[in-house]
Amino acid sequence: MSDWEPKIVCFFCNWCTYGAADLAGVGRMEHPANTRVIRLPCSGRVSPKFILAALREGADGVWVSGCHPGDCHYIEGNYYARRKFALMKDLLEHMGMDPGRVQFSWISSAESTKYVDVAKKVIESIKELGPNTFFNKTQAKVA
Amino acid sequence: MITFKLNGQTVQGEEGQFIIQVAEKYGVAIPTLCHHKALEPAGMCRLCTVELFDGRRTRFVTSCNYPIWEGMEVNTDTEAVHQGRKLIVEMLLARCPDVPILKKLAEQYKIEETRFEKENEGCILCGLCVRMCERMGNSAINFAGRGLDLRIDTPFHIQSDVCMACGACAFVCPTGYITLDKIKEEFSKKNPTPIPSEYDVGLQGRKPVYVPYAQAVPNTPAIDSSVCMHYKTGGCQICTSFCGVDAIDHTMQDEIVELNVGSIILAPGFEPFDPSKFDSYGYAKHPNVISAMEFERILSASGPTMGHLVRASDHKEPKKIAWFQCVGSRDLNKCDNSYCSSVCCMYAIKEAVIAKEHSSEDLDCAIFYMDMRTHGKDFERFYNNAKDKHNVRFVRSRVHTIDPVAGSDDLEIRYVTEQGEIVEEKFDLIVLSVGLQTSAEVFELAQKLGLDTTEGKFCDTSTFNPVSSSKEGIFVCGAFQGPKDIPQSVVDSSAAAAAAGEMLNSARNTMTRTREAIPETNVFNERPRIGVFVCNCGINIGGVVDVPAVRDYAATLPYVEYVADNMYSCSQDTQDAMSRIIRDKNLNRVVVAACTPKTHEPLFQETLINAGLNKYLFEMANIRNHDSWVHKNNPDLATKKAKDLVRMSVSKVGLMEPLQESELDVNPAAMVIGGGVSGITTALSLARQGHETHIVEKDSWLGGQAWNLYRTSKGENVQAELKRLIDQADADKNIHIHLDAELKEVEGFVGNFKSTLSVKGESRTLEHGVAVLATGASPLKTDEYGYGGDPRILSSLELDQKFIENDSMLDSVDSAVFIQCVGSREPDRPYCSRVCCTHSIDSALHLKQLKPDAQIFILYRDIRTYGEREYLYKQAREAGIVFIRYSLENKPQVSIEKDSIKVITTDHVLGKTIELETDLLTLATAIVPNGDEKLSQFFKVPMNEDGFFVEKHAKLGPSEFATDGVYLCGMAHYPKPIDEAVAQSKAAASRALTLLSKDKIHTSGLIAEVKPQNCSACGVCVSVCPYSAPSFIPEDARMFPGRAQINPVLCKGCGLCVASCRSGAIHLKGFDNDQVFAQIFAMSEAG
Repeated sequence: MSDWEPKIVCFFCNWCTYGAADLAGVGRMEHPANTRVIRLPCSGRVSPKFILAALREGADGVWVSGCHPGDCHYIEGNYYARRKFALMKDLLEHMGMDPGRVQFSWISSAESTKYVDVAKKVIESIKELGPNTFFNKTQAKVA
Repeated sequence: MITFKLNGQTVQGEEGQFIIQVAEKYGVAIPTLCHHKALEPAGMCRLCTVELFDGRRTRFVTSCNYPIWEGMEVNTDTEAVHQGRKLIVEMLLARCPDVPILKKLAEQYKIEETRFEKENEGCILCGLCVRMCERMGNSAINFAGRGLDLRIDTPFHIQSDVCMACGACAFVCPTGYITLDKIKEEFSKKNPTPIPSEYDVGLQGRKPVYVPYAQAVPNTPAIDSSVCMHYKTGGCQICTSFCGVDAIDHTMQDEIVELNVGSIILAPGFEPFDPSKFDSYGYAKHPNVISAMEFERILSASGPTMGHLVRASDHKEPKKIAWFQCVGSRDLNKCDNSYCSSVCCMYAIKEAVIAKEHSSEDLDCAIFYMDMRTHGKDFERFYNNAKDKHNVRFVRSRVHTIDPVAGSDDLEIRYVTEQGEIVEEKFDLIVLSVGLQTSAEVFELAQKLGLDTTEGKFCDTSTFNPVSSSKEGIFVCGAFQGPKDIPQSVVDSSAAAAAAGEMLNSARNTMTRTREAIPETNVFNERPRIGVFVCNCGINIGGVVDVPAVRDYAATLPYVEYVADNMYSCSQDTQDAMSRIIRDKNLNRVVVAACTPKTHEPLFQETLINAGLNKYLFEMANIRNHDSWVHKNNPDLATKKAKDLVRMSVSKVGLMEPLQESELDVNPAAMVIGGGVSGITTALSLARQGHETHIVEKDSWLGGQAWNLYRTSKGENVQAELKRLIDQADADKNIHIHLDAELKEVEGFVGNFKSTLSVKGESRTLEHGVAVLATGASPLKTDEYGYGGDPRILSSLELDQKFIENDSMLDSVDSAVFIQCVGSREPDRPYCSRVCCTHSIDSALHLKQLKPDAQIFILYRDIRTYGEREYLYKQAREAGIVFIRYSLENKPQVSIEKDSIKVITTDHVLGKTIELETDLLTLATAIVPNGDEKLSQFFKVPMNEDGFFVEKHAKLGPSEFATDGVYLCGMAHYPKPIDEAVAQSKAAASRALTLLSKDKIHTSGLIAEVKPQNCSACGVCVSVCPYSAPSFIPEDARMFPGRAQINPVLCKGCGLCVASCRSGAIHLKGFDNDQVFAQIFAMSEAG
């Protein structure tokens, strides 16, 4: 498992974090290639089902990122997202999954440096958790 | 084409190419020190030596200058080649034992110690600098001496005038022997400094070919011809060898373009004051005394320190920072700007709070100020929070001098506290809050245009026409009209557009062109036929990601019918080719794997439209910004990621549907609620631009609060101007005035509102496309300071009334006292009423004019005569009006005596209690909004804690609501003087017009839709939507009564309701569940 690299599904708000990731590109800010970004109009669009589906489909981690509280392009979508994710974390814990597999952040479209820092942190912390075998019964038994 | 063998592989190159060029093309690395792509090869360092087999024998040649020929065989990787290169490196290392790149090469070739006699040189005599200098058109350096004395030198080893200190030699020198510092020392006549980056206010350098900043639009590099070597010598042009598409044309000239226009809007902005004029602050001397603009860049994530809070001199994190206010403002001694710059107090507080957030340790922030001017909306709250929550220190003191602390980069200041103590304090960093001023260039332009300017060199405008210059048809907005912040500039800009629109109304739509519509192919029920275009973006993507591999991989994905890779997908010819391919191959879905959809999606959607395909049958895979640009060091993983992203996009696009953008008629009429100055101005602007407008006023007259005002701060007669405005409104055929009217009901939404009024008990229905809320504000009814108990105690407006009526009571006034902030800036009402300081000072001045011997006192907390209103404050002090400061904790005491009114207050300078006996006490009472809950619910627009309406965006959308079709102006937004209210009224009209001027509104295709058969009528969507787009189907409806429906016109497509819907009844087109799931599933497929 030494060369194992986590696969992280990212749900980014089009108006902020997606832009920050673009800007990190413009600034050629090198970071690990573990992320796969799914662009959504708002972090409020992220349904808990997406997160569960990603984890079930073998993602080792999920990263959801939206606009700073108070800065939502759609006025208050990120507040709803924040509430949903707080519950989501409890649900994951209840299921017995490490809630650290699902990470949330608020990054504005100008914060490319923050984006790269958070990306590295998310990747690192999910790497520490190891591969996600939660939904993989056979493998879970072997382990 | 010439075909030959390179390391056994058959390769092809163009006639005249050298081996190294072909090797590069095929990804075969050959080490070299003296080769540069743009220069003639010279074969000087010999490191690029390769083995050449010419059919008979093997020999060694330098690959950089050996031309290719048919049938040759080249080997770059044999043992003999390595041995040869090793020897070359060993010899070079003997000459230059301390050069890092040679040491690194030695390590690579496993040379521990050179066997030759060591010299102590830094130059390997490769001559790259000589060739570069020649290319630059200068030839200031060349080889000199012979044999052992061979060196690179200037003629006769003396400083040459030919050298322009461009630094190209240093830039290419492989060993680092030539440095900019060396050039600086040896060519003391020139002082080469980096070209200062305008964006980073000189904190960083930039190149002559540059993009001003990362988000610049257009994001195309420009050549700064004032510093580009080509324009100095005719040489260089090296950039052309690197541009893959031959986009650079050095022969382009500035053009003079003549435009025939009906109106001009000036928005030339301001320049920050240059604090180097102040010797005592040592801005030019001390590196840690910086301007606020520089500090902004240091705090910025895109700035020179990437947002890390460090000071310039030693990159140490500061522990103590001081801000000095009013640098270049409110000052006649050292600069000519006696006005207040309006924005600096607020930006200093903001910087202090952000600095505290950025600092890893406890940071001490101190702001040294004269008056704290936080007169903007929600600014006072921010100030209070900075003080109470963030512990920013506010010191009321003007600091005279900054002294360096010997032996460190710290700075020391001496200041006098309010208590009169002299304090010495050290700071790590001092930020000068520089003011705003009109640049010499702009001032010259104003003079050329013949515009009147003010004392402070701003464009002169009048209160009732705040964006009109003295010349008809020339309008002005932003800081050239007067120093102001972003929201006010945005208001002005919209106002200027409306003012120009009013004038040019007859010409509206005379120069528009309609585009020919291309019929859309019906793809309904067709099996997906996906085309995937993978972009190389020159080398931006292709240099990292294996584009052909991604392309070939895409071809294996389900439903993919066509794949191709493009050099530049966004170029016009590629676009045309793509359109053609879509038609020829009968594709019905398209994926472009290239850059970011945020910038390029509309462009490619255009390509789809041109090919007759619905533009929503499209998806982009971001393999540049999110991939090749950030995973440069890991091409394999980058390629894998690109494949994943393409697969995810292909999976999604297969599920994309053609979406329709529905059309909706717009009712061209407008309704303005409130008939004060703001309401009338908005109505007039809309009416003049051809739109029927209804003014709904609750009173039996128009004019509102302005009837209570005597004159403006510029001295204009408010009554006369107001009468003129009302007459104009009365006379305008497009304006319908509804007096004594109350709004009873509002139905509908943007473009189609239906409002019911009750006018004197009779019901009236208005149909309109937009609504403007101009409900204004009123003075606070206070019971403080004995108000209401004595005819000599008046509110500011009551005093104005006495001025208007020329009341005889004023004749007997020998002494007058004004108390400021009555009800404002208090815990119950933590906002500044913005106008009262100016108003009281103006009234005091008028009183002084009427009764020159009268003693006048103004009791204040901070004087907030922002902008050029500051002159009045100065004038008042000169006229002998006495200003006495009081604090919130120690308010003045008022007692009503028989002959006079006694006011007791504590003087902050003397520290003593003062008793004032006066004949007239005027209270500057707070301004409280009129807006009510009912109105807020009718239009679904929010109100803040203070009762003012909340605009769409505090900075960028000050005159409109988040609810489409509803606009805002005047004091319903925030207390403001007439000029600002007029500007905002025109701004609201301007914003409304962007909608009214269309016959139809097109909704976005990317909106939510309810499948009512799945809806459980729980109402979550209705409650979460910030735009009130979802509603319940009426109970009496034939189909699905009580279930949810979504108004496509109001929906913004955020998807909040979709994610919240428990029944899965709502679908977000373009980002629907199945489409997102397809992406998630595709992510996992490759494992």
